[in-house]
Amino acid sequence: MSSSHHVILRVVSKTLIPVIALYAFYVQFHGDYGPGGGFQAGVILAVAVILYALVFGVPSAMRAVPPAFTRTLAAFGVLLYSGVGFWALIRGGNFLEYGALFNEAPGGHKGQHIGILLIELGVLCGVSGAMLTIFYSFAGRVAEIRDEDW
Amino acid sequence: MSEVLDGSVGLATVNILLLSLLFVVGIAIARLRSLFAIVMLSGLYSLLSAVWYVVVDAVDVAFTEAAVGAGMSTVVLLGAMLLTSRMAKPEKRLARLGPLVVVLVTGAMLIYATVDLPAFGDPNSPVNTGVGYEYLLVNWNDTGIANVVTSVLGSYRGFDTLGETTVVFVAGIAVAMLLGFGERSLAESIRKDDKTTKSSAKNTVKSEGKS
Repeated sequence: MSSSHHVILRVVSKTLIPVIALYAFYVQFHGDYGPGGGFQAGVILAVAVILYALVFGVPSAMRAVPPAFTRTLAAFGVLLYSGVGFWALIRGGNFLEYGALFNEAPGGHKGQHIGILLIELGVLCGVSGAMLTIFYSFAGRVAEIRDEDW
Repeated sequence: MSEVLDGSVGLATVNILLLSLLFVVGIAIARLRSLFAIVMLSGLYSLLSAVWYVVVDAVDVAFTEAAVGAGMSTVVLLGAMLLTSRMAKPEKRLARLGPLVVVLVTGAMLIYATVDLPAFGDPNSPVNTGVGYEYLLVNWNDTGIANVVTSVLGSYRGFDTLGETTVVFVAGIAVAMLLGFGERSLAESIRKDDKTTKSSAKNTVKSEGKS
């Protein structure tokens, strides 16, 4: 897409993309109190990159967020999630038993908070990585979106 | 009659308005043949249903529907549309009969099933009396997390969420294995872009003027 047109789209999305990414992190870390969580935040974060790809072209998006990074991110998310499970297993609890993470007394909530924070982070990485991988595999088939396709 | 309308006229109006809009969009999707318009309308359909979920107090579902249905799947459908033609082929008149019968029978069965559903927000419905109520009682002592949806998804049903994350991951990998990661087909254009940014601005202007 040449830079001579779509000026309004470019300007508007330039201001919107950081806000969208910030909102994704708000949804992520505010999931304990409000609606949302790792899954929604992951999709919103992926959509921020996809909006960039739609306006500025897939190649420049791939330079900013390489496909190798997105698939590593997806795998890392699943590993982080199951890693918390194995951490609890090593500390003597059941798989994903957050109470066992810090060997705290019954009634303590530190393990729950840290455990849920970590697994939500895993969901965020897994979902945004997988969504971007899917988008790249579709968008990577077409070298450039022609204007008459819109 | 006044009992039905009492106190919730506005809510009922919003419900009727949203559901009839959903109906209109659904009919439009079925009637249209331009794939681009269908993709956009399906995004609109997701957005409208997200608004409707907010009206019936299912905020988390609405959030997911807006992010995934209106945002993500619209984009993926757009990408899929770019790989095929722009117009759907018209079907023969007789071939439309089968789907119509299936839709009518399914719709009749669903409407018949709604007769047995408990009233909306009924405190004695199975959803509100069984396990859901237990979770609301024990959640704060167990986890200390204010949002019960998060604690159920992350803590009580942590195995399920791990499975879901794995499903999303496997879906991403499966699409990439079918279609490729997308970088190889773009390698040439990336290299070309790098070259143009490296070369002088004069050249870029010239090549743009040509195209």
